[in-house]
Amino acid sequence: MSFFIFFDKIYLENMKLTLKEIEKIATLARLNLSAEEKKMYTEQLSVIFDYIEMLNEVNTDQVSETYQVTGLKDVVREDEVAFWEEEDKQKLINNFPDKMGNLLKVKAVFDNNDE
Amino acid sequence: MNINELTIKECYDGLKKGDFTSVELTQACLAQIKKRNKELNAFISVFEKEALVEAERADEMIKSGKQQILTGIPFCVKDSISTKDGLSTAAAKILSNYVPPFDATVIRKIREQGAVLIGKNNCDTFGHGASNENSMYGPVKNPHDIKRVSGGSSGGTAVAIADNMAIFGIAEDTGGSIRQPAAFCGVVGLRPSYGINSRFGVMPMASSFDTVGPITKSVTDAKIIQEIIAGQDFLDATTVEVKNKKLKVKNKKLKVGIPQEYFEIEGIDEEVKKIIENKIKEISKNKDLEIVSVSLPMTKYAIPVYYIIVSSEDSSNLARIDAIRYGERKEGSDLYNVYAQSRAEGMNEEVKRRIMIGTCALSADYYDISFRKAQKVRTLIIQDFEKVFQEVDLLITPTTPTPAFKLGEKKDDILSMYLADIFVSPAAVAGLPAISIPVGLTKKKLPVGMQIIGSRLEDEKLLSFSNLIINY
Repeated sequence: MSFFIFFDKIYLENMKLTLKEIEKIATLARLNLSAEEKKMYTEQLSVIFDYIEMLNEVNTDQVSETYQVTGLKDVVREDEVAFWEEEDKQKLINNFPDKMGNLLKVKAVFDNNDE
Repeated sequence: MNINELTIKECYDGLKKGDFTSVELTQACLAQIKKRNKELNAFISVFEKEALVEAERADEMIKSGKQQILTGIPFCVKDSISTKDGLSTAAAKILSNYVPPFDATVIRKIREQGAVLIGKNNCDTFGHGASNENSMYGPVKNPHDIKRVSGGSSGGTAVAIADNMAIFGIAEDTGGSIRQPAAFCGVVGLRPSYGINSRFGVMPMASSFDTVGPITKSVTDAKIIQEIIAGQDFLDATTVEVKNKKLKVKNKKLKVGIPQEYFEIEGIDEEVKKIIENKIKEISKNKDLEIVSVSLPMTKYAIPVYYIIVSSEDSSNLARIDAIRYGERKEGSDLYNVYAQSRAEGMNEEVKRRIMIGTCALSADYYDISFRKAQKVRTLIIQDFEKVFQEVDLLITPTTPTPAFKLGEKKDDILSMYLADIFVSPAAVAGLPAISIPVGLTKKKLPVGMQIIGSRLEDEKLLSFSNLIINY
């Protein structure tokens, strides 16, 4: 949590992000945010993206990215059906928030307005 | 001394000699939990009935001569790590009813020895925090002073071990979540090299940073656990094979580097600095050691790099927490709103903030200037360490710049809250092993932790020489 609070306190005149952009990000992230939360995150994300500009002090022209630290490549295994005890399968199904028999029940994916 | 205060090694001996049974040991831990948990809030779930059944089974194993080092020893696990048939919430309301039908690989290995799972520990929700004040199940209190934080995000596990509610704990460290609370609570916490321990069954935060490791009462105990849980796992494609290497030092003497940047940082507590410096002075009398000053100039960039990459990986990982196949689903007018409402109600402010930052950093407009830039600077931080490790065997730093702070205090003292993770995140960015060891108390009787960082995949060296250095 640390540094977000730190930036809260910095007064920002020109915010980097607009409310509209925050709404777009929240939609992409599948988060229903309240008006207050939208305002708060607009301010905080603006400060954070201002702050990380300090990374521009570092010359990275000839530097490649590190997406992972193991150096492993093309790790593969046989695509086999694993054995699961009937009891354990039922436990997975018991975790379904909504079901019909042993089937997972969800809202329609393609015709959302056709209730 | 009560039996729940013993180390793994001492418990093993006591069980073997028949001084006490696993049931008695388990009961002693359960009694301590009953006495203290209401105040400290270190556990979300306590599996009393199941633990006693497991303990009886362990006693049978011991009687029939099948005792292994962990047989019959009660342990606890951070709630973001899956345990078969036991509630695993990650301190998130959206997972308040989630019961995994499998054990994480590391937990399976421990339980195969007959260890007794006593309960699941409170933590910052999905591991997001440095003080355990971000838990949807309430903050964890520090047993050394209940007005102070436990540290985070594995605060509950550190407190459980510090307060003798279990013999050892298993937790998760993305950017300091094992070492920082271990330092605040006066116990040992190990972050292994990335890729040495399987992450299967550990709820992911940032997949290229996450590690699982032990919180224990001694370095020897940490070594015992690490040897059991390490190893390649076909369920985690990022695990690496580590060949048994002979412990070799780079020179005639073991060379220990002291990175100056860690001692010169603004906001470091003078008392903490002094305790660590005194400890270094003390160990420099050891004739087998040579202490040298080194420089890690990229240190100050570790925090911005850490937060951008971790939030990005986080937002992507947490996309699976959608209340569709498991978790607490909320009503919505359509599928979109089922997702968006379940996530809005089931996650807290900090989790949502990380998701928002990460989604933004990965969006087309920001990708190059944030995520990609941070990954490049990450390369330089790694090179910084590689250069230093050509010269030295280990690095010593303070684990945290201050001792445990007061609950709620950092809201007004922003600079030092920002500093809480500054010494623990660089090793995480580089995938290095690091351990926090308690080395002293402040005048207010608060523990101070010393961090020892090793080079990549040299965990065994880190652990062996930690014992030598500290003789803790």
